[in-house]
Amino acid sequence: MAKDTAAHWATPETSRQVAEVLERWDNDPTHLVQVLREVQEHCGWLPPAALTTVARRLKLPLAAVRGVAGFYAFLYTEPAGAYQVLFSDNVTDRMQGSEALMEAFCRQLWAEPGKVSEDGLVRVDRSACTGLCDQGPGLLVNGRAIPNASSRRLDLIRELILERRPLDAWPVELFEIVDNIRRPGILLGSNVRPGEGLRAAFERGAAMEHEQAANERSWREGIPDDAREPLAMLREIERSGLRGRGGAGFTTAAKWSACRASPADLRYVVCNADEGEPGTFKDRVLLASHADLVFEGMTVAAWCVGAREGLVYLRGEYRYLLRPLEATLEQRRAAGLLGRNILGRRGFDFDIRIHVGAGSYVCGEESALLESLEGKRGIPRNRPPYPVTAGYRGRPTVVNNVETFCAATLVAARGGEWFRGIGTPHSAGSKILSVAGDCARPGLYEYPFGISVQEVLEDCGAERTLAVQISGPSGHCIDASEFRRRIAFEDLPTAGAFTVFDDSRDMFEVARNYTEFFAHESCGFCTPCRVATSMLRGIMGKIHGGRGSLHELEQMSRLHPVLQMSAHCGLGHTACNPVLDTLKRFRPAYERRLQALRFAPDFDLDAALASARRATGRDDAGAHLETGNE
Amino acid sequence: MNDRPRFLLDGQEVPFEPGQTLLQAALAAGRYIPHLCYHPEFRPHGSCKLCTASINGRMVTACTTPAAAGMEVASDTEALNELRRTLVQMLFAEGNHFCPSCEASGNCVLQALGYDLGVLTAGFRHMFPIRPVDASHPDILLDFNRCVLCELCVRASKEVDGKSVFALSGRGIDKHLVVNSESGELADTDIELSDKAMEVCPVGVIIKKRVGFATPIGERRYDRRPISAQALDDAPQPADKPE
Repeated sequence: MAKDTAAHWATPETSRQVAEVLERWDNDPTHLVQVLREVQEHCGWLPPAALTTVARRLKLPLAAVRGVAGFYAFLYTEPAGAYQVLFSDNVTDRMQGSEALMEAFCRQLWAEPGKVSEDGLVRVDRSACTGLCDQGPGLLVNGRAIPNASSRRLDLIRELILERRPLDAWPVELFEIVDNIRRPGILLGSNVRPGEGLRAAFERGAAMEHEQAANERSWREGIPDDAREPLAMLREIERSGLRGRGGAGFTTAAKWSACRASPADLRYVVCNADEGEPGTFKDRVLLASHADLVFEGMTVAAWCVGAREGLVYLRGEYRYLLRPLEATLEQRRAAGLLGRNILGRRGFDFDIRIHVGAGSYVCGEESALLESLEGKRGIPRNRPPYPVTAGYRGRPTVVNNVETFCAATLVAARGGEWFRGIGTPHSAGSKILSVAGDCARPGLYEYPFGISVQEVLEDCGAERTLAVQISGPSGHCIDASEFRRRIAFEDLPTAGAFTVFDDSRDMFEVARNYTEFFAHESCGFCTPCRVATSMLRGIMGKIHGGRGSLHELEQMSRLHPVLQMSAHCGLGHTACNPVLDTLKRFRPAYERRLQALRFAPDFDLDAALASARRATGRDDAGAHLETGNE
Repeated sequence: MNDRPRFLLDGQEVPFEPGQTLLQAALAAGRYIPHLCYHPEFRPHGSCKLCTASINGRMVTACTTPAAAGMEVASDTEALNELRRTLVQMLFAEGNHFCPSCEASGNCVLQALGYDLGVLTAGFRHMFPIRPVDASHPDILLDFNRCVLCELCVRASKEVDGKSVFALSGRGIDKHLVVNSESGELADTDIELSDKAMEVCPVGVIIKKRVGFATPIGERRYDRRPISAQALDDAPQPADKPE
């Protein structure tokens, strides 16, 4: 098998493809993640010889290349089968039956989860939330997203795999993903035309009196005419009260101003499209149906801060959006909205590249995202310095969420006052919620900030609701006593996930799913997160297996302050939230599983003696521990 | 020297040079903050979190936080020492550490921290990971069972030796050291006994063959003095250090 794959790799065809990939990425070591991802698209995995070639050509130590390849969930350094079928493993997928579907699928293909089948045909495994919660369970087959997994559709997929049909020849309806926009608002219902925001931004600048800002820092060396014009747009963003939509809620104008004020030869605008928070899928729809709003927002940001280059970090799960997005970029270039002298503004040059992620939640953290963009392992950086002073390639960089850039386009086109008039005094504008779980109409709901949880539940047709997970596992779980609370930075801040659980759900299992997620996604850089997320997963598994005691609950409450006090980034800080939130509100869900009040060992000594019993041919009472039958 | 800026560490003034981190300034002034992945000769990265301190309630790693005049830093508090004990327990739990049979016993920073901080129990269920050793090299043994992922060998090999013999791969609890050769074995790398990377392992991963136990246990570095005293002796001193 190993020989076969090595031989496969050694074909002139594949080595030519690897050379092409390297060429396309300029043999630039900072594009290592993109190179590895594309080499894998040709070879099906990353054979040792390919890694050696990549390392040599990029002048990187082989160990460092292996280190990067070993970091990302979607990069395979061992043969991965001709077909990789990944079942999305968010709690909503499980609620839609993903576990039973996966089990049946494995059984029918004689495959063991996580292992390549003996004939090298298929490897079935789980994957973190694929962002198809409104049309789940989700699947990824060789990186291509497939919604609505069902036994009927999986039967078809199995047949296609068994007849080894290439993915390009699979029925297209398998891959059809719908938007499910249930309640459009200012963004999802936007009719802003491409270029409208930019033109409005330029007009504002022209109207501004030049002498007013005579003592301000030059926008860009050598272009004195434009030096102060972007300030008008920046002030409009400030007036709008726009805050980041990715969860942290940082004031957008402050971020852009700080980037603009950092002296540098180059500045960058980065769009965080690594929508990894389980239960969130709004960016998928914005990128699929409102890409112009995203790119225009990035261009407005570039105009404000003086950037020439923009990057979109698209999560690997949304790889299928790459071609349509590139087509939109091409249209914008043709329309003079990207490239040199944008809309005829002499000296305003800006273009956008797309990088695709390779399966890592922590890369949604902005500094880890920058590391990944630079071709490295996605480890959050030490701060300060912040990205606005030293970001991509050490240059001042604005990193904003997809939805933030869309909102910025609206602010440019319609004005800050208009935007500020929507929402609450502390939370201007609208918020798109990714509603999924136990409700009649899952999908996207856009509301002005300040909407109550109760109103959302009524709109989406949720009944007998037990709990809502706001903003995914790193957010908060609330119960019915809190449904009057409001979606807003000052009450319930959210990156967009709104996952509904009715009274048939077991909140312990919800929390257990989330602890598995955090353990899977911890980058492993810092001791507390690396070890505690794994311990949490183990403890929840032990309780799930009916061997828990109060000791386990105490251990978990001991891990929380350690994570809070010392974890390196937000993943670690919040990793215990799902357990603590559900333990506080749904304690019986835990207690009814506890076997004893005192400690109970997870290790079953009597079961461990089974091999000795087999070897000696004994099975009498004397060959069992007395405690074995208790 | 009196015009040097100062910050407060547990209520006492610590002078510092601009650019120094809290940990560097504290050690130079004879004040100990427990630490593991920090080494005076390498750029700090703050992964072990043992040096966690608080500035007005905000948690920071003392090894990466630049000192600033007037900061009020708390380090030697019961809450922070409890945190450190827990972190040491976690490091013991995630690897396979058998001090009585370990060549590094007495020279081991993890063990010394455990003694010095008063870690008296295991605290957590140990994970017993399976980590094969690499004995391929004629003169060097790599026992990954004891790795605490401090990256000092990675930094030393890259920054001082210019070789990048070591790197990290995997992520989360599966993060692990790898070596720079096609075979993945140490024998096929260009490591040498004289490399800086040979000296920096704070635990017992990188072991020279055939010289084990040359110094008897009981007479080793941290057998003689606790790490809190030893670390102060090792700290680089500014030329104008006050007595």
